[in-house]
Amino acid sequence: MRIQVLGTGCAKCKTLAANAEQAVRELGLDAQVEKVEDVREIMKFGVMVTPALALDGKVKAVGKVLTASAIKELLAP
Amino acid sequence: MSTEPGGTSTVPAQSNEVLAGSPPASSLRLVGQLALALAIWITAYRIIQPAADLVTSRVLGLDARTRLGSAVAFFLFEAPKVLLLLTLVVFAVGIVRSFFTPERTRAILSGRRESAGHVLAAFLGVVTPFCSCSAVPLFLGFVEVGIPLGVTLSFLISAPMVNEVALVLLFGLFGWKVAAIYMGTGLALAIGAGWILGVLKLERWVEPWVFESLGGAGVIEEERLTFSERVGQGAQAVREIVGKVWPYVLAGIAVGAGIHGYVPEGLMAGIMGKQAWWSVPLAVAIGVPMYSNAAGIIPVVQALLEKGAALGTVLAFMMSVIGLSLPEMVILRKVLRPQLIGTFVGIVAFGILVVGYLFNAIL
Repeated sequence: MRIQVLGTGCAKCKTLAANAEQAVRELGLDAQVEKVEDVREIMKFGVMVTPALALDGKVKAVGKVLTASAIKELLAP
Repeated sequence: MSTEPGGTSTVPAQSNEVLAGSPPASSLRLVGQLALALAIWITAYRIIQPAADLVTSRVLGLDARTRLGSAVAFFLFEAPKVLLLLTLVVFAVGIVRSFFTPERTRAILSGRRESAGHVLAAFLGVVTPFCSCSAVPLFLGFVEVGIPLGVTLSFLISAPMVNEVALVLLFGLFGWKVAAIYMGTGLALAIGAGWILGVLKLERWVEPWVFESLGGAGVIEEERLTFSERVGQGAQAVREIVGKVWPYVLAGIAVGAGIHGYVPEGLMAGIMGKQAWWSVPLAVAIGVPMYSNAAGIIPVVQALLEKGAALGTVLAFMMSVIGLSLPEMVILRKVLRPQLIGTFVGIVAFGILVVGYLFNAIL
């Protein structure tokens, strides 16, 4: 699974990335959390508010910092 | 400190957040919990004044007519009052904002005539969630669907300047009239400055790649939220915003209390009073590069007003501090040429000057 955190490097984006990494660790998934920091790349997702979380290229959350447990539910429903 | 009484309103919301798509019974329970939280809030709000007086005179043994006594009484009354108001309003605005996602705002604004666009953009700037760290993607998202540059800038002026934290503090410390004047002039400024910037046709000063990379493929499906999820968003807003600004509020009110108790009446009249014509430009010149959130600056400004500063000067100072922030300009530099940023700051600053002189003249 491709896990992408979209954000231009603000504090919230870093928290979201850390939460995503924690979720991956706790589920024992073999996946890397990828940070998308270029605005042009972010715009391709149609996202206007950062941070956002995309799974396999699909945007799952916009403008909010999901907790690790909320991300776990998205990763392993 | 006294955040606790208002803070209770977050508790019921949190516990119900997980019950998304919940049956009516739990929805009813949520309404009950909200009503209870509101009742606690009102009770807390009503006992602040007697409690503050009691603590000052009985517990601390201070006379409210002395300098220290009046400063302490001021702090003990204003700090809990403002924090309570802030909690309630941020919670309510958090719920309102769950209806106005940036996607929806963009949909409302695209395809409008330009004149109506400016007015709508200024109003939507108030209710759409906005953080200066998202200014660039938001700007691109707006331009992408063909919203004119001037209308986009109207939004970007109003969103930070007319915000709920500033309005609550103005309401709590100055009264509803000043809050209404601030909101009205802030909106007028956003509409006017955005309109002028639109007429000037400054698209050539937007970084060219902005128009090249148009047509983002991804469209985000609209989330349908339940009532309890919206309440959850309100609670989230309280945790995020009140959790962040309360130290500034307390620090600002503490400084304000010091001025209230110790600075002699009329001291500010000479520096920030109506007679000093240069006070408005000076206030703007100091305010533009200054970056403080509304929470810290408004209590200080309120104390200055009490000591003889003129309202227009004070309004101009606040607008330039809150509305034009250096970090946001640095962020926008990614998409806007320096000439456009300069023109933008110049026109908004000029508008603020006009507001300052206008209110010094008529009040």
